[in-house]
Amino acid sequence: MRQALRHHLFWPVAALVVLVVANTIAKPSFLQVSVIDGHLFGAPIDILRAAAPLLLIALGMTLVIATRGIDLSVGAVVAVSGAVALEYISASPDPGSPVTVLVAVAIALGLSLLLGLWNGFLVTVLGIQPIIATLILMTAGRGVAMLITGGFITTVTSEPYKGLNSGFFLGLPSAVWIAVGLFVIVAVTVRRTALGMLLEATGINPAASRLAGVRSRTLTWTVYAAAGLFAGLAGILVSADTMAADANNAGIFIELDAILAVVIGGTALSGGKFNLSGTFAGVLVIATLERTVTVLGISPHVTPLFMALVVVTVTLLQSPRVRERFAVAALRRRPVSDVARGGAAQVSDDGAGAPASPGTEAPGPDIEQAPVPDAEPSAAPDDEKEVTR
Amino acid sequence: MLPRRGRTPEEPAAFEKGFNVTTQPVVELTGITVEFPPVTALAGVDFRLYPGEIHALMGENGAGKSTLIKALTGVYQTSSGTITVDGAEQRFSGPGDARAHGISTVYQEVNLCGNLTVAENIMLGAAEPRVLGGLHWRKMRRLAAQHLERMGLDIDPGSSLDSHSLAVQQLVAICRATVGDCKVLILDEPTSSLDADEVESLFAVMRRLKADGVAILFVSHFLDQVYAVSDRMTVLRNGGLVGEWATADLPAGELVKHMIGRSAQVLESVERGHDAVRPDAGEPRLQAIGLGRKGSIQPYDLDVYPGEVVGLAGLLGSGRTELARLLTGADRADSGGTVVEGAPRKLHTPRAAMAQGIAYTSEDRKGEGIVDGLTVRENIVLALQAERGWVRPLPRRQVDEIVAKYIDQLGIRPADPEALLRNLSGGNQQKVLLARWLATAPKLLVLDEPTRGIDVGAKAEIQKLVSELAGEGMSVVFISAELEEVLRLSHRIAVLRDRKVVATVDAEGTTTDQVVELIARGNVAEGDAA
Repeated sequence: MRQALRHHLFWPVAALVVLVVANTIAKPSFLQVSVIDGHLFGAPIDILRAAAPLLLIALGMTLVIATRGIDLSVGAVVAVSGAVALEYISASPDPGSPVTVLVAVAIALGLSLLLGLWNGFLVTVLGIQPIIATLILMTAGRGVAMLITGGFITTVTSEPYKGLNSGFFLGLPSAVWIAVGLFVIVAVTVRRTALGMLLEATGINPAASRLAGVRSRTLTWTVYAAAGLFAGLAGILVSADTMAADANNAGIFIELDAILAVVIGGTALSGGKFNLSGTFAGVLVIATLERTVTVLGISPHVTPLFMALVVVTVTLLQSPRVRERFAVAALRRRPVSDVARGGAAQVSDDGAGAPASPGTEAPGPDIEQAPVPDAEPSAAPDDEKEVTR
Repeated sequence: MLPRRGRTPEEPAAFEKGFNVTTQPVVELTGITVEFPPVTALAGVDFRLYPGEIHALMGENGAGKSTLIKALTGVYQTSSGTITVDGAEQRFSGPGDARAHGISTVYQEVNLCGNLTVAENIMLGAAEPRVLGGLHWRKMRRLAAQHLERMGLDIDPGSSLDSHSLAVQQLVAICRATVGDCKVLILDEPTSSLDADEVESLFAVMRRLKADGVAILFVSHFLDQVYAVSDRMTVLRNGGLVGEWATADLPAGELVKHMIGRSAQVLESVERGHDAVRPDAGEPRLQAIGLGRKGSIQPYDLDVYPGEVVGLAGLLGSGRTELARLLTGADRADSGGTVVEGAPRKLHTPRAAMAQGIAYTSEDRKGEGIVDGLTVRENIVLALQAERGWVRPLPRRQVDEIVAKYIDQLGIRPADPEALLRNLSGGNQQKVLLARWLATAPKLLVLDEPTRGIDVGAKAEIQKLVSELAGEGMSVVFISAELEEVLRLSHRIAVLRDRKVVATVDAEGTTTDQVVELIARGNVAEGDAA
């Protein structure tokens, strides 16, 4: 049980279960999925479909965050990508032809990739802090999208394009196939190749990684490019859903939702260790939460507040410090006889103290270094200062 | 634990020469002990500082210099001992409290705000003049100008601090420290980023302050500077007091011996770990020709032959590490070049050096060596995998074989490939780092302080490993603060001093005394250099 509690997927999955249970109580048919015309329908399918763009963006965001970075521009890229695709289609003589749609998608994805490369260039070559570097495109990107749409909300009719989101394939909406498919492919690639390990090494200790010969710069650049590309794909899904190129509102605040999903999934914003499965769960939590608001009939006025409360709870439960407090409190509450039972108490003590301790800095010297009288006492604080110079 | 030579009855005459014995020390520390269980950082150290003197605090890495300063200024709590300032016992709660009692500290890094003006940096938070609850800007500039003048600094108080050189910023920091009632000024390595002229102007300021009766505690790794400016010195070693001397009475060679510890006789008896004869193989594996980097190390030549261990000897800050970093692409050289096995090669990145079979373990194990959030397994294969690129992962079976091999060969404990590296002891982390590089089968291994801060057992194991690797034909460049270790392991020794290679000598037939002499003087005693 203790191990399950410590697993990174525990809290996001627990939150998901709680949400689903709450929904099912409010609306017993919540989990019901029906088959109409060979297509699956129902709340879970809707949630998955709505979550598709966020899933793609959170995928890129997780990788970027693993390198100690962040990408605030993905929402703007969503807008640009959707605007470019729809403008191309509306300007073409034959909006309904699959070829037109294919070209539109290719242009949109190509441009998104370029925007991602631009971010990567700012971060890796010019050395601008990621939050600033991507903030540039976050603001500028919407402007570019406005330029493309000419300030109008262009609505387009193109069945093949619409089908990219709401079409069905083997019973599931195509948006779900695209997003989940890509997510799984990337997640598998990252762990089957050495990409995951090298990204984590870069995120945890860039200096050591460089000395070990890791191409940190290329890796980081690649990751920003990928984040741009995934955001572009998300933009296509978003615009295919509304069939309107809305430069102002497409993908608005989606970057914040994505960061949230990453954090709920247990990847620290400080970079390093990341887990995509956690991000997946985090995305589902956010998407389900949005659905819950409607199911529970919560007034739109308090919706943001409600969502914030849930998110705060989950993130607090994910925090090592809070968990440590809980563990200590749990230990104190235990009856004395239990604690006094030696062996058993010892085990529980370890369990409570150990998980948090590796991360926390021991005050002063490294405890593991034995105080050998004549050895260089590098453990002395004097040394720390001199080494870091 | 250590020879307590300070103030033994036969010595007082030596160190009190030239001082008025009736003068009361402005600061007196008695029996100061600072502990970070289980480590004792300072053990019963005595120290006194008189008004109007420049007192150098000397010691190698980890000797306890900074700990002593921090104990004095209240950053660390002492577990025993007394601190007396102007005859009254004090216990400061922190640097601010110490400053209120006239003890100011200037650290090596300039701790000022570059975006503010010189005047603001000098006056704010200390004695800024106020009018009607606001700042009296004009008066502040005027006062700052007075302070600058007192220091002999001719700069505009209204200019922003950023617009000045590092040296001037350092002087401004000192100026700030002396505002108000400053009785004691602590300068912790103020010269490490300054060039010769700048050092001179700093010294001029120090002498001026000294003439005003300020007591200056000076920490520097440059022996020349210490001899140029200090009146007395206190030497610490391994957290203990070695002694206190008048600078004029302590030759540089003696000082170095006191800092390093162990008399030459003891060192002489240490047995060499392996055959001291340099392997005779025609072509050097790596040749550095005029390799240098401005502000880091002066151009040097160095040859390393197959199967040879070249030791680098020198005090901290002498350029040992900087030399190694240029050899391995960790830093980019701005002059000279490198020749690998007869062919000129650019080693401008660690990756380029790795491609030539050159591996480097940094002295900064935590900052530049280990990836503490990854496992032992991941840390060991990191360099090998990085060389292959991410697309071609090492097959899992091969990884397991490599990891098992090195865990076994180097005795890494715990012998668990999945243990997080941050949970290992320093010695075992060092072994993992070695394993990381050995796995890439390098031809030249550059080890910067591989034995520092690890226990004696692990130390001996690493020394033995270096010998064995050289025996198998690997070239090794070995850096250590411990002369004994360098002498025992190396075939040849390059001696560094003040960021310059001053000599290269064969280890065979060279005594520690001679190396100490080289470090202290920079010239060769009996012409036995190579």
